[in-house]
Amino acid sequence: MKPVFLASALLATVLTGAAIAQSGAPIKLANVAELSGGGATVGTNWKNGIDLAIEEINSKGGVLGRKLEVTHADSQSNPGVARAQVQKALDAEPYVLLGPGYSGSVKVTAPLAAEAGIAQIMGGEAAELTTAGNKFLFRTSFGQQSSMPKVAKYINDDLKAKSVAIVWVNNDFGKGGRDSISKEFAKYNIKVAADLSTEAGQADFAADVSKIKAAAPDAVFVYVNEEESARILKELKRQGVTVPLVGETTLVGQKVVELAGDAANGARGHVGLTTDAPVELVKAFRDKFVKKYNYVPDHNGLKGWLAIYMIKATTEKMGKVDSKGFADALHGFTITAAKEPGILMDATFDANGDIDRQGFLVEIVEGKQVVKQVLPKLGN
Amino acid sequence: MSNLLDLLIAGLATGAIYAIVAVGFTLLWQTSQTINFAQGEFVMLPAFLMLAVMHAGAPFWVAIVIGIALSLLLLGLGFKLLLVDPMLRHGVLPLAIATMALAIGIKEAAKQFWSAEASPFPSIIPGGDITIFGRIVALQSIGVLVLAILAVLGLTTLLNRTSIGHQMQAAAQNPTVARIVGVPVERMILLTFLINAFLVALASLLITPIYLAKFSNGEVLGQAAFIAAIVGGFNQVRGAIAGGLLIGVVDNLSAAYVSTQYRAAVPLVLLIAIILFRPQGMMGRPEERTV
Amino acid sequence: MTAAKYPKIGFGIVVIAALIIVPMNFNRYGLFILSQWAVMTIAAMGLNLTLGYAGQVSLAQGAFVGIGAYAAAIMTSNGLPLIAALGVAIVLCFVIGWILGYPALRVQHHYLAFVTLAFSTLAFLVFRNEDWLTKGIYGISNIPRPEIFGYPTRRPLPFYYVCLGSLGIVSLAVWWLIRSPWGRAFIALRENPVRALSLGIDTRRYTLMAFAIGSALGGIAGTLYAPLTQYVDPVPFHLSLSLDLLMMVIVGGSGFFFGPFLGAMIAVLLPEWLRFTQGYYLMLYAIAVIGLLIYSPTGILGILDRFISERRTKAASALRAVAKAKLETAP
Repeated sequence: MKPVFLASALLATVLTGAAIAQSGAPIKLANVAELSGGGATVGTNWKNGIDLAIEEINSKGGVLGRKLEVTHADSQSNPGVARAQVQKALDAEPYVLLGPGYSGSVKVTAPLAAEAGIAQIMGGEAAELTTAGNKFLFRTSFGQQSSMPKVAKYINDDLKAKSVAIVWVNNDFGKGGRDSISKEFAKYNIKVAADLSTEAGQADFAADVSKIKAAAPDAVFVYVNEEESARILKELKRQGVTVPLVGETTLVGQKVVELAGDAANGARGHVGLTTDAPVELVKAFRDKFVKKYNYVPDHNGLKGWLAIYMIKATTEKMGKVDSKGFADALHGFTITAAKEPGILMDATFDANGDIDRQGFLVEIVEGKQVVKQVLPKLGN
Repeated sequence: MSNLLDLLIAGLATGAIYAIVAVGFTLLWQTSQTINFAQGEFVMLPAFLMLAVMHAGAPFWVAIVIGIALSLLLLGLGFKLLLVDPMLRHGVLPLAIATMALAIGIKEAAKQFWSAEASPFPSIIPGGDITIFGRIVALQSIGVLVLAILAVLGLTTLLNRTSIGHQMQAAAQNPTVARIVGVPVERMILLTFLINAFLVALASLLITPIYLAKFSNGEVLGQAAFIAAIVGGFNQVRGAIAGGLLIGVVDNLSAAYVSTQYRAAVPLVLLIAIILFRPQGMMGRPEERTV
Repeated sequence: MTAAKYPKIGFGIVVIAALIIVPMNFNRYGLFILSQWAVMTIAAMGLNLTLGYAGQVSLAQGAFVGIGAYAAAIMTSNGLPLIAALGVAIVLCFVIGWILGYPALRVQHHYLAFVTLAFSTLAFLVFRNEDWLTKGIYGISNIPRPEIFGYPTRRPLPFYYVCLGSLGIVSLAVWWLIRSPWGRAFIALRENPVRALSLGIDTRRYTLMAFAIGSALGGIAGTLYAPLTQYVDPVPFHLSLSLDLLMMVIVGGSGFFFGPFLGAMIAVLLPEWLRFTQGYYLMLYAIAVIGLLIYSPTGILGILDRFISERRTKAASALRAVAKAKLETAP
């Protein structure tokens, strides 16, 4: 019974794969993301962003007159499963591969996509992803190697802090940010007064905050996810920590403000990609997203959306649906919001697949994000 | 040293939650040899049930009542009739595995039918802080602690002071003899499942304002409660309470004084030490071998 | 009995031949999933030895897979051959298994479950926190696949054969083990520890041995897992893998030699088949597992076993009836 069972099931998968590849008109995309497991929130936002963008593009006639179509596969937040699913997706020869969001899963799958010669637009933020010379991998957001220097510069130049406590979440996102910023602090001779790892989903930050208090730093750098950001902000306020709190998108987002209330006031950070950006197009995106899904997306929702518009703009630039030429066409390409409103803000992709875009330094004042500085694109 | 008080209070508040969940855990084990690996998900779910009722437009208190009723029905009665009863006579392990699968099912259902996002959840305890001994303490921590203690006191009174309690204990300790002396053993076992369902609903109500309603909440809680139950002694209600409080406090103290990276390790080392030196748990009684 | 043996052997040969020939024209995805099945089967076989034959619950089999995977990842990316990593993994897992089991079993039967539960979380923390050794949460990437007698196994098909071959060797070894005096002692232990003790079996030593060997098989699975995914990070070796493996053993049929093969098939392949239901696939998978366990708490092979023994009783009672009839009709 066993081999028949097995073979027929695998045959079925092969056949459905083949059927998808054969039908002509729509442009096939494949998304592999963290739809269950530890990264489910990340992956679901990313997926929803993709679906929203595709729906909008298709309702306006598609790309070069062809509709977009995407298949979603769940990586269970597990690199081994991600590899299997990407393999499956690539066997069906998609136009472009989307995802995954976890840097570990990106590392496993990027060589496969490169070998197949298919461009991969992903959500990972770890610095090393785009330094390995992969010609098919593209970011949808700043890598930590480009966002952290801006934060460190702000802490040094504007806050004149000499010692900083770092609070980070112990996963590849948090650890990557912590390592990048520590490197920058070393350049400015800023001392790391306390180096605190926290767990994803941690609810009680009393111990961490008491350690921060004991270290008496000039500033605290907080690099944890939105929900934990809110909890630690409350605890910092409760224990009377008054030094500046600096972070990234995950510290100063609207969601954090909603969850932390008063405690969020005074938090500041660098925001590369946020649904709260003071840009009309971004606000419009957010409204559309909330209307469809009933919640405010985090930056992963925005990333999924942008990935689709990157595909649209690049394909229209090439004037044809050419999977092999896609990566070349996107390298060095500047997509302007004037020509392609879906990209929301002008973005340039360099030879490594890194994105360059405007950024902001914001502070929470009375429950509202206030932009303190606009950080221009680097390569204007 | 002044920090110590902060850490203790925060740790006790977290530990009180673990304690409630661990008590239910040991009750099920005692009366029906059920190791419920879905206990954490049982705590996660009632909040979603309440949110769904509120979503339909009902006020918070109605949602609480309906939420508790639903969890009695689903996590108490339904769990016992549909899963435990058909499997119990086949031994501990298949049932334990089935509850693992149940945990996956509940988690995925919450994600699929609600959202992968964390949703805010109203608190029955007012927000804000109060000052005790010059320390600023969240009202929420105090409230959670007080309610948890009340629940546990209520339960121990029920078990030790009422005739139903005595019957339940008899049913748990020696069902055969209990049956002979006329204790309705089946009904008593059902009652423990209902009590567990009530306790998880209460825990859900207390922690969700802090944890936010999220499908993955059960993972951490279930494991913590399991460890608390073992540390305290798998076969004693008051052991589970002590185990829960201890785990909460130890977790905080180890994060503050040992290592944040290894904070989860300290309670586990404690667990291993207790197994080696006091295998019946801190407050448990030694189990008789039945062979 | 001997007559019934030939179809069984014939069936076995067909299955093995199919596992070798059919995947030849599979795509890369199919081969990857099948390789994953082979690797998980090895790990589950180890747990089956501990649980199904010696009656001990281990909640750390996933951690042993992790130890094996890290041994392979660290050693092969430093240029050492995979076979050396295999040796290290086996010894390491065996020794750690022994050290873990010794105090736990000294105290009480089911305390091994609790100790292993703690161990599996501790192992995860070490994998994650000891950057100098394991590269922490970033993981180890670009793990090379081995050369077997000079043949590179970089492509999916040759590496599938490496996994399948390893599964074959491990199966033979386990087959031999459970038929050896040791194996019979393990079963005696599970069936009736008191009687085993009175028969002069050193129960603790044999239980420990079963647990340590089972853990070593987890290590072997890990040394294959690392070159299969070519990337190792701590997350896959969390407690959930141990629980998954436990589920595989129970669902397949614990204590049956072929239980892990079927259990791993359910755990690895069933979710893949259900993927067409999109967001519902894990939910359906959970429901299927619960349904199966309610229907047959002894797992898939339990159904078969029940069916066969029912048929035997039926056949036997038929025979009896015939004999009775003969007796009655006899003058």
